[in-house]
Amino acid sequence: MKITREEVAHVAHLARLTFREEELEKFTSQLNDILLYMEKLNSADTTGVTPMTHATVLYNAFREDVVKPSLANEDSLANAPDPRGEFFRVPKVIE
Amino acid sequence: MELHALTIHELQDKLRSGETTAADILASVYSRIAAVDDKVHAYITLTKEAAELQAAAADTAIRRGEMGVLTGIPISLKDIFCTQGVPTTCGSRILANFVPPYDATVVGKLRAAGAVFAGKANMDEFAMGSSTETSYFGVTRNPWDLDRIPGGSSGGSAAAVAADECIASLGSDTGGSIRQPAALCGVVGMKPTYGRVSRFGLVAFASSLDQIGPFTKDVEDCAILMNVIAGYDPRESTSVDTEVPDYRSFLDRGVAGLRVGIPKEYFIAGIDPEIRTAVETAIGILEKGGARLVEISLPHTEYCLAVYYIVAPAEASSNLARYDGVKYGFRSPEGRDLLDMYKQSRSAGFGEEVKRRIIIGTYVLSSGYYDAYYKKASQVRALIRRDFDAAFEKCDVIATPTSPTAAFRIGERTDDPMQMYLSDILTISANLAGIPGISVPCGFTRDALPIGLQFLAGHFREGLLIQTGAAYEILAATRSLIARYKREKMSLS
Repeated sequence: MKITREEVAHVAHLARLTFREEELEKFTSQLNDILLYMEKLNSADTTGVTPMTHATVLYNAFREDVVKPSLANEDSLANAPDPRGEFFRVPKVIE
Repeated sequence: MELHALTIHELQDKLRSGETTAADILASVYSRIAAVDDKVHAYITLTKEAAELQAAAADTAIRRGEMGVLTGIPISLKDIFCTQGVPTTCGSRILANFVPPYDATVVGKLRAAGAVFAGKANMDEFAMGSSTETSYFGVTRNPWDLDRIPGGSSGGSAAAVAADECIASLGSDTGGSIRQPAALCGVVGMKPTYGRVSRFGLVAFASSLDQIGPFTKDVEDCAILMNVIAGYDPRESTSVDTEVPDYRSFLDRGVAGLRVGIPKEYFIAGIDPEIRTAVETAIGILEKGGARLVEISLPHTEYCLAVYYIVAPAEASSNLARYDGVKYGFRSPEGRDLLDMYKQSRSAGFGEEVKRRIIIGTYVLSSGYYDAYYKKASQVRALIRRDFDAAFEKCDVIATPTSPTAAFRIGERTDDPMQMYLSDILTISANLAGIPGISVPCGFTRDALPIGLQFLAGHFREGLLIQTGAAYEILAATRSLIARYKREKMSLS
């Protein structure tokens, strides 16, 4: 086993997901198959190879730090599930 | 032929000569949609009223002699592109009610060129899939056989073009999501070089791999759309500020003297014999047309799938962290507190394949596993890129099958994620290396299912792909072959 049910449940918590028992069962089994397939990579010799982080060029994209027009408040709030005034409302954070 | 069956360049000729109007073209496309989309289900959202206004504006522009390169042409968009005022769902429940306040850069460019937007095309949820079966809004069916999948993730776009429910479409390709459905539906699909087309306003899946490209009925239309969408965008920091050639200028160059690389690793067991034969025949046609065949090797090919299914889910798990039920998207009413609201919203909002990939991605990035998975995969990715750099010293373009099989049956691979992932085994390498690729139709199986031929080229050499694809299309008389099959084998109405 590459990954246990408990580990899948822990990773789900990290990813802010919850699973029912049968989902946990299914995902654990499928994830084991997938991670087993990944073991293939161990046979590739990567000694001294710099990891590739970008597909084409390697330089930072800078721009001048100037203020430009941005979305109006009402447009930014238009898709919010629970907007109040100028704010995004969320359930209580502190008891 | 009916207007909806024509290409961009054919329709533009008719508009220019006054033989037809943008309103007539749109009416033809919408009558086709009305006749076949209940069977194909290529669309999530239709935008008929807005399209009629756009077509009327196009006709006014034409009367004034102000014709743009896409004036009056009905185009569909994969539902992953932000469209101002038009829902953009990404095939997910979590974005089912999302209405973007702005246009993606590519949408703005099409608009400026005079395009008419027919609607938003179906797709696998968050572009995660190879069959368009993971969409929250139901499956899209392959117009050539309604019991089969159209490929994915841009399956709605490919099916809409193949069934003449639009003239062309835009999709996105993270591991083959343009080229594979193009192959399975018998249309042309191109994934440009990473950085060639701005992704501003594209809902992100895997940011080091995602790229936008066209679906068209022939290679000339592909060149026309590339001319419109390619180029630097200051709003997209990975778009590259380098000259964009006129892609149409490559259409007539032929393949005489062109070195076509044949990678032995792409003609292995697992490729359907019918596909292999069709692609080998196609390569023979190029050789007769004057191309020189060169045997090449891409030795790290066997690792592509493993690298991809670490890198793509890792980046997806990070990108999809933004869906938290606060600023936009679905919020579950069940949440007891903030943390629970996040969990309930995401668990109810995402489908199974998306959750599976978020879990894989979160796992491979989590403490203690990063080096073994993500770092190792990024190193092997560098080796895969080097393979291509070395190959392009010996050849100009590489020819391979696009997909190991023709369209499979709906439901055939949904219970086995590894089987589904193998659908992309021939297309993933281009995304990992950042190089451009095109799929062009190269015949049909005995069951009249389309087969795709893929060409790959070095970074920013999309022109070579258009040159090779256009030459093949003429040498093999693809357009008339497809027209004949459509008449005789496609039974939608």
